[in-house]
Amino acid sequence: MIYVVIVYLWAAILLYILLGGADFGAGIIELFTSEKNKQHTRTTMYKAIAPIWEANHMWLIIAIVVLFVGFPDIYTTISTHLHIPLVIMLFGIIARGTAFTFRNYDAVIDNMQKVYNKIFVYSSFITPFFLGVIAASAVSGRIDPDAHDFLSAYVFSWLNWFSVAVGFFTVAICGFLAAIFIIGETEDEHNRKRFIRKAKQMNIAAVVFGAIVFLVAHSEGIPLDNWLFGNAVGIIAITAASLSLVLLWYLLLKKGKVIIIRVLAGFQVTMILLAITLRHYPNIVIMKGGRYLSLMEHAGQDKAIYSLGMALLLGSILILPALFYLLYSFNKNTGKWHE
Amino acid sequence: MNDFIAARSQMGLSLGFHIVFSCIGMVMPFFMAVAHFYWLRTNNIVYKNITKAWSKGVAIFFATGAVSGTVLSFELGLLWPEFMKHAGPIFGMPFSLEGTAFFIEAIALGFFLYGWDRFNKWFHWITGVVVGISGLVSGILVVAANAWMNSPAGFDFVNGQYLNIDPIKAMFNDAWFSQALHMCIAAFSATGFAVAGIHALMILKKQNVYFHTQSFRIAAVFACVAALLQPLSGDISAKDVSKRQPAKLAAMEAHFHTEPASSLVIGGIPDVEAQKVNYGLQIPGLLSLMVHGDFKTPVDGLDKIPVENQPPVSITHYAFQIMVGLGMVMLLIAVCYFIAILKKKSWLSRQWLLRMFVIATPMGFIAVEAGWTVTEVGRQPWIINGIMRTADAVTPMPGIVYSFYIFTAMYISLSLIVTFLLYRQIKMVDKIYDVKNQAV
Repeated sequence: MIYVVIVYLWAAILLYILLGGADFGAGIIELFTSEKNKQHTRTTMYKAIAPIWEANHMWLIIAIVVLFVGFPDIYTTISTHLHIPLVIMLFGIIARGTAFTFRNYDAVIDNMQKVYNKIFVYSSFITPFFLGVIAASAVSGRIDPDAHDFLSAYVFSWLNWFSVAVGFFTVAICGFLAAIFIIGETEDEHNRKRFIRKAKQMNIAAVVFGAIVFLVAHSEGIPLDNWLFGNAVGIIAITAASLSLVLLWYLLLKKGKVIIIRVLAGFQVTMILLAITLRHYPNIVIMKGGRYLSLMEHAGQDKAIYSLGMALLLGSILILPALFYLLYSFNKNTGKWHE
Repeated sequence: MNDFIAARSQMGLSLGFHIVFSCIGMVMPFFMAVAHFYWLRTNNIVYKNITKAWSKGVAIFFATGAVSGTVLSFELGLLWPEFMKHAGPIFGMPFSLEGTAFFIEAIALGFFLYGWDRFNKWFHWITGVVVGISGLVSGILVVAANAWMNSPAGFDFVNGQYLNIDPIKAMFNDAWFSQALHMCIAAFSATGFAVAGIHALMILKKQNVYFHTQSFRIAAVFACVAALLQPLSGDISAKDVSKRQPAKLAAMEAHFHTEPASSLVIGGIPDVEAQKVNYGLQIPGLLSLMVHGDFKTPVDGLDKIPVENQPPVSITHYAFQIMVGLGMVMLLIAVCYFIAILKKKSWLSRQWLLRMFVIATPMGFIAVEAGWTVTEVGRQPWIINGIMRTADAVTPMPGIVYSFYIFTAMYISLSLIVTFLLYRQIKMVDKIYDVKNQAV
């Protein structure tokens, strides 16, 4: 049953990156859109994500519940030593979710809209940035459970160049996913071209920040290249991601099928996550001095894992068909290049 | 303020904020389902307008409730890591299931809010009902987890170790039913009185009277039925608490001394130093009757509890008095309203009846907050009753005081914005919906 739980945890994280990420990306795209195109971007994004955005963010809750029920040591270590970035991320989540809803449900359209928009776009940037920081800090070996002074226990655990670089990389990935998603959501040729351009820019940004992550990891002594290329699966995953990147650019230029472009973008992100996580598996948190927290050794008692697994299986029987029908219902008219 | 008190205050504030939004998110879908049903059955456009107007409020409240709930799932670890380390696997079952229920709620809400004229009308109606049912199930599950903290079950506590854990037993602990029942009825009562009160005010102001009258009727019936049932569920809860948490019951009643024919204290100012209650109304034997069913048997007082295990008496007592007092007022209003519906139809158009509802607008939610204070403060100094002390569970990170200030500022601003948005929604009713020409 432990493997069922681990697969669910991984899937929840992946789906949160893909769906929640595309959702954050909507705000990131809006932030980097020129003033004259902002309103159009906003309306298109709204139509595309409004019915599903709440559901997109449920994956984070699933992941966190799996952690605290199944792997309490991991949950409490992260939440103690990464308290500060977690709080900032939470503020981002609150600001973003409420601003998004408020701007669409304010009965009067006036200058308040500008306030909601500002909050929405900046929190859409900050939240995935800190998600990236948290993820990077969990594996960068900077968490020091023995530290006693405030700075080394609670600040330097996450404040370093590697985490910052991963933060920017995460933001670029989110923007890229959103841009790819939105290409199929607009009707006119002009805006479609605009979104394709955006997707390319975001993709370039992701590649650049990816390279920076490597450089910083190297200079900070984090063996990232070994993590990614140290075993066959990592090499295959990264190669597959690169090949799909080439194919994706080709399709973007040639106006390939939107659905294939979306699948390719999702595939890339999946491969990157796979390469990173598989290398450490079953370790999930790597702390100072080579200590680690493992999904196998730090799992809760068998009975807790068993009932968690059952709850997850039962939940997916109920959730997945409904979720697919929701996505299908609100997407069935989009995803074509020529209407 | 030290970090420990700051952590407790921040948790209290976060839960106190979230509880309002979750009550509304749990109950409003049922009000909407009724209005929606009338619309589908009668084709009277006012019911469609009511459903849509309410659904906008629900969207605002649901989003705020969803994000504040997300924050809570992190705050448990941010503030109480030592607690979560041991409790997580034991009382996690309701949370895992709640994840599913809440997920379904979010999906159904997507269908409901954006599905007008898109789906078969009865399918659309059912998605609205699913929002309500899954919301209610979420609420019950979360309360079951809280009940476990009051009535720990499903593990053996041996030498500081939590062994042989059984998450199912933990979920169905002794307190889950009485607490969940009390909370669900409270949610209906609080939301019902709040909604009915706002519509009553608009009727008194003579704005869109037909629209607001129909809305008022739906909300008022739910509110009043709940207010009639709540004292019964309160009685079940009190008997439960007396068995499991005598210290909490004693603090609720400011019952210092164990003696035969224990008296019920109404109101009053507890003086903990002198171990007595000043200015309270004492009714001899009534507490014995309520707890044991006879006038004689003594009820355990605080003198039976070691001082270091006693909860703060004054706060618990005041909160309990406020909850019961407001519950009684709402019960009285409910009785008047039912008399009006069943016997004296003329009362329905009287201003005093509507005025009562206007005054009662915040009462349900004040009672909810007070009741929640009773159950949480009354459990102190324990985070897991009799097993782990709250002070031993708190995060080692210093500076929580600042975190508390920031969270406070955020929750205050969010409350202000939500109130402002609600005000705008109500103000715009006749601009958004064509309600002028819908006289009966």
